[in-house]
Amino acid sequence: MKLKLKIWRQDDKDSQGLFKNYSLENVSKDASFLEMLDSLNEQLIAKDEVPVSFDHDCREGICGMCSMTINGEPHGPEKATTTCQLHMRHFKDGETITIEPWRARAFPVLKDLVTDRSAFDSIMQAGGFITARTGSAVDANEIPIPKEIADEAMDAAACIGCGACVAACPNASAMLFTGAKVSHLNKLPQGKAEKERRSLLMVEAMEDAGFGGCTNVGACEAVCPKSISLDVIAHLNRDFHTSSIKKILNF
Amino acid sequence: MNLDPKIPEGPLSEKWSKHKFNMRLVNPANRRKYHVIVVGSGLAGSSAAASLAEQGYNVSCFCYQDSPRRAHSIAAQGGINASKNYQNDGDSIQRLFYDTIKGGDYRSREANVYRLAEVSSNIIDQCVAQGVPFAREYGGLLANRSFGGAQVSRTFYARGQTGQQLLLGAYSSLNRQIGLGKVTMHTRHEMLDLVIIDGHAKGIITRNLVTGAITSHAADCVVLTTGGYGNVFYLSTNAQGCNVTATYRAFKKGAGFANPCYTQIHPTCIPVHGEDQSKLTLMSESLRNDGRVWVPKSKDIAEKIRAGHLDPNSVAEEDRDYYLERKYPSFGNLAPRDISSRSAKEVCDEGRGVASTGLGVFLDFRDAIQREGEQDIRERYGNLFEMYNRITGEDPYQTPMMIFPAVHYTMGGLWVDYNLQSSIPGLFVGGEANFSDHGANRLGASALMQGLADGYFVLPYTIGNYLGELGVSAAGSVSLSDPAFAKTEKLVRERLNQLLAIKGNRSPRSFHKELGQIIWDYCGMARSQSGLQEAIAKIDELKHEFWTNLRLNGRLDNLNPELERAGRVADFIEFGQLMCRDALMREESCGGHFRVEHQTDEGEALRNDQEYSFVGVWEYKEDAKPVLHKEVLNFENVQLATRSYK
Repeated sequence: MKLKLKIWRQDDKDSQGLFKNYSLENVSKDASFLEMLDSLNEQLIAKDEVPVSFDHDCREGICGMCSMTINGEPHGPEKATTTCQLHMRHFKDGETITIEPWRARAFPVLKDLVTDRSAFDSIMQAGGFITARTGSAVDANEIPIPKEIADEAMDAAACIGCGACVAACPNASAMLFTGAKVSHLNKLPQGKAEKERRSLLMVEAMEDAGFGGCTNVGACEAVCPKSISLDVIAHLNRDFHTSSIKKILNF
Repeated sequence: MNLDPKIPEGPLSEKWSKHKFNMRLVNPANRRKYHVIVVGSGLAGSSAAASLAEQGYNVSCFCYQDSPRRAHSIAAQGGINASKNYQNDGDSIQRLFYDTIKGGDYRSREANVYRLAEVSSNIIDQCVAQGVPFAREYGGLLANRSFGGAQVSRTFYARGQTGQQLLLGAYSSLNRQIGLGKVTMHTRHEMLDLVIIDGHAKGIITRNLVTGAITSHAADCVVLTTGGYGNVFYLSTNAQGCNVTATYRAFKKGAGFANPCYTQIHPTCIPVHGEDQSKLTLMSESLRNDGRVWVPKSKDIAEKIRAGHLDPNSVAEEDRDYYLERKYPSFGNLAPRDISSRSAKEVCDEGRGVASTGLGVFLDFRDAIQREGEQDIRERYGNLFEMYNRITGEDPYQTPMMIFPAVHYTMGGLWVDYNLQSSIPGLFVGGEANFSDHGANRLGASALMQGLADGYFVLPYTIGNYLGELGVSAAGSVSLSDPAFAKTEKLVRERLNQLLAIKGNRSPRSFHKELGQIIWDYCGMARSQSGLQEAIAKIDELKHEFWTNLRLNGRLDNLNPELERAGRVADFIEFGQLMCRDALMREESCGGHFRVEHQTDEGEALRNDQEYSFVGVWEYKEDAKPVLHKEVLNFENVQLATRSYK
């Protein structure tokens, strides 16, 4: 395949970025999107140019590191697929592909396609855990958990924290991410004790980090590589509002 | 080199509890005076950092990724073993211990493995308490499945994402401690050297991967949980960033490196597609519970399938060779990884392989779908089938999957004693980075178990003991003004500048690829004396070319992934040679190490317990060949036997 690439280049956090055009030949249709970028970088090194920086690690769709907007869509055109699992067979010979970093105030660009997503970690540090000191746990079968509940928790826990939901949202909201994390923990019996505190603290951290509000656009669900459902946002809203009211009424 | 394993006295089943009682404790009020560095945030690192911080120590944790949640433990699919015996199928600590020793081909230390089996149950309890959503039965109890090399169902799992869920559990505990201010997290930082003061590990030098800043960090002790070295093969199932730098730097500072030749080639990966391939993708071994492995009996049929002239579904039953079921009737498709991989290589070497390259075998679900129904199979493996479909464009419900072995895990690592302390005092090593528990071959679902055992249940005790021995007066006494920091920092900076200054013609990736090919060809699934000697010579040449013909663009003080890769490749080149030396030294076949000179008439591995029942530990020598030391393995509880899965 032959491709024309239009890629965002930015030297560092404080520089102005711009799109640059590249052309690439002999791309295998079986190559992954990132392998295509590897070939481009090899070509740039050969021409004594600085290669394109992009985040990636496991290349099997689970670490959540890869993050780029391809032709306007976070992670590109395939449904439920991370960039690293997107293959070139889904593109046309001769096509022009535009590649940009995640765009969101809470995710500043560090270089080229690399952004700083530490805001997600700060949400998690605020309350994304169940307090369970090492060595203090009871036998694992002590609390039976109905399969349906365990499955629902697992559905939410499948979130890989890539940030595509934020990149797709016109408000750059992190409600799908936070909703997934809150739902996973709040649904389980082990997570009940800290449910209210968790819901309040995580939403507060989300707002502090500069993410926008949710206006029910649904773009997040559409681009999520793990098909996290909008239901988690409803769950978060419910738990957040009941917790807030309880707090106000001092229950 | 002092290789005293410090195995406690007494019967096997009492060693750990007695040892815990005999260890020193640090008064809770004094713990905050100590500072521990943890490098790596995978299962072992996150769990150790969180547990140490819970105890009251100050912890700094480092990872090269942008978040601790992304460490490669996250990619483990299949599950985690524990001797809970929830299925009432005869499991016990003793049986898990025995299976692990046997699975490791009698090349691991009895006391360590027993402890691993002993704490395995606590791990499951801990993870459930943290909210890990393990699979459950309708009654609400935990579900189990069986895994290669075991005849009991002791594997706990969370769909095909067990590693992710366990890591998220450890990461959540870590986050809690970060939020409480007990752990300082340094993301996008790579450790580039270890600092030794008066013979003890007292700090590290890191590069901030965003700003390029080189910085020293001091502590009372250092924990390396930096994973394995599978990327020495270039193509592996490891993440792109996985590297040997931290452990290799420690080796160069005097830590013994144990059994580097023990590498695990996983039998169920998606076959290679072409030149640009950057990584191999593993399909969970759990697939072998229901999938049947086969190739055609005749080369002719295999050729027709390769050329696309014959649909594999139309191959008649009598023309199929279910070679694992044929050779190992009692374990069948669940034969351990080393044996399954080698068998796949054999049938492909005979010209009976499938896939366009001839390097592939079928993993066929036709019979399971007929027996259980498509819906059941979808429940069990749906996400794995989808992943396969995404990568290959083929539908495994309709046409048999194709698999081929790929490098997956490394059993070798820094040598550690029973306390997980390396041969450098104050340097502890956990998880895949150490050599301790898997001998010459790891059983499926045991890596997650070991990482968490080390991090939650072993290191927090043994590190406390070390710090207690140092005494409160020494706590926090290491100062960055010690000349060892400035000196090491200078060397790190010089090395990076040297890499940038070569200005040759070849990219870091091209060197990595070439190294990987050498290691795969000569130090992969079958190794020979002449081949290994050739590899050692080739690596010498490659190293010379690397340091004279490398081309790097970009700057030291900026995000520069090619510079990161170059530093890692430089270490992989030297390390690859160490691997080959170790494989050359070990004149026997055991587990993942198969020397063609040492096999039975049936082509099975031939161990040499008389001469090679030891851990091969290498000591670095500047400008000379590394020196071999031996830790002799004493088996008091297990009878050494030829490993048979027939």
